[in-house]
Amino acid sequence: MPAIETVDLQREYPARRGPGLRAVDGIDLAVAPGEVYGFLGPNGAGKTTTVRMLVTLLQPTGGRATVAGYDVATQPAEVRKRIGVALQAAALDLLMTGREMLLLAATLHGIPPADVADRGADLLERVGLSAAADRRVGTYSGGMQRRLDLAMALIHEPEVLFLDEPTTGLDPTSRLTLWDEVRRLRDEGTTVFLTTQYLEEADQLADRVGIIARGKIVAEGTPATLKAEVGVPHLDVTLAGEDHRDLAREVLARFGDGRPPTEECDLSVALPDGSAGLAPIVRALDEAGVQVASLDVKEPTLDDVFLAKTGEHLEGAD
Amino acid sequence: MLRPTLALMRRALRNAFRRPQFLAPLVVFPSLFLAVNTGGLQATTGLPGFPEVNSFLDFQLASAICQSTMLGGVSAGIAMALDIEAGFFDRLVVSPIPRTAVVLGRVGAAGVLGALQAVWFLAIGFIFGAEMAAGVGGVLVVIALGVISALAFGSFGVLIALRAKNASTVQGIFPLVIVGLFLSSAFFPADLLSSPADVIAEYNPISYLAEGLREPIAFGWDAQVIVEGFVAGIALAGIGTSLAISALRGRLRAAR
Repeated sequence: MPAIETVDLQREYPARRGPGLRAVDGIDLAVAPGEVYGFLGPNGAGKTTTVRMLVTLLQPTGGRATVAGYDVATQPAEVRKRIGVALQAAALDLLMTGREMLLLAATLHGIPPADVADRGADLLERVGLSAAADRRVGTYSGGMQRRLDLAMALIHEPEVLFLDEPTTGLDPTSRLTLWDEVRRLRDEGTTVFLTTQYLEEADQLADRVGIIARGKIVAEGTPATLKAEVGVPHLDVTLAGEDHRDLAREVLARFGDGRPPTEECDLSVALPDGSAGLAPIVRALDEAGVQVASLDVKEPTLDDVFLAKTGEHLEGAD
Repeated sequence: MLRPTLALMRRALRNAFRRPQFLAPLVVFPSLFLAVNTGGLQATTGLPGFPEVNSFLDFQLASAICQSTMLGGVSAGIAMALDIEAGFFDRLVVSPIPRTAVVLGRVGAAGVLGALQAVWFLAIGFIFGAEMAAGVGGVLVVIALGVISALAFGSFGVLIALRAKNASTVQGIFPLVIVGLFLSSAFFPADLLSSPADVIAEYNPISYLAEGLREPIAFGWDAQVIVEGFVAGIALAGIGTSLAISALRGRLRAAR
């Protein structure tokens, strides 16, 4: 039985006039127990709406979903007993201390009073907050708040953990710390449903990735499979000036299909032979008198998958 | 049900004391109002129709307790609205507790604060010469009615927060709340109010609550007045809490 399963899951927000906004438009997915499922997409794609339905905060307007074997619409209380949730913004009480927050979470999850203190202390240790446990949460850094949020979501050892953009806004060090924790959870067999807008995060953490755009899943598979499907490495070219852009485009067209450039380059071309195909292109550009500032060979990324499926780049993709 | 309710109540109380900017007005503003009124309106006790009291302070203590618990209700509402705005409310809602515990915890905390508020005003009153006509038993009645008054106003504060969903709207309700207090016999005997305020005061449950609070302090043991105070307070608390629970369910249904 899948840990999470959705069939034609939909959520439409009514509009005052005309048709409503369909934030989630018929999503089918099945997440196996113990799997880390990365739900990747740009802002507004429907990631958070999907999570809010799966954690019983929002009722689907169509289709159905089960979590840990229970229907989110008809058995929400059973679902809530079995899930841990860390929503997009760390929902913490800044006036409470980290320890108090964990003890409150333990009580709300029905952990026996005799075990509450020990469980809280163990989790504080695990997320590296023991030293700050008796400080008010308002004095914590963003990374510390996220780790506390995660600890609260884990207090009752949930079967399924939902992490909604857990590293958004965090500095690189805090992000890596959180990644380590997610890996540890995977090793322990916890099912993790992770939404993210960061390609690297999905690539690094997820066993499988579902890419969502405009409320629909446009691709799904392991990161390696998805990248292999779309393909080939490509060459990003940044010109030294604007003068030879058309000429450079003509030269590059001889070597491969052009691609929409990212914000960080002027031109991009598919490079079927990878780095081996670079030397002829350099020579051709040089012979044509095109002044180049930089050439960058890029392996396929999940952004390429997104591009191939939607014709657009993911926000923040390099 | 009881365990999460008590845990949420403890949290609300702890936070109230950690947010002095919210807690202080509950006693400072009514205390100043009490001082100004007592100092400036002492002569009104000589007006024809004003009941016989030892001092205007005896008469006004009940008003101060009412006003303070009413501010406590607004404060409880703001705290709930802040939880909604910060997303903490969502955390509570996705945890496996009865939803009513979210309302009862917050309202219960207002009730505990109500006891402290009543004690504060009784202490101030005694320091400045007030007397308790009903003796020690009267103190207990006033504290009990202070709790009930706070539960009543707290439940309506939470109800407004669940409807409004943001703290600034709850704060904006405050002037209306004060109007409700002035259109009662909390500050002056209903007989001395002119029409239509006297008619409104007669039907305003806050009048009964205030008079129930006033009776043991200023007059003694008129069981009917005291019982009416309890009945009015309990009815308000019951209606407010039921509506707040219903608003919470409605809010969650709307999300559905």
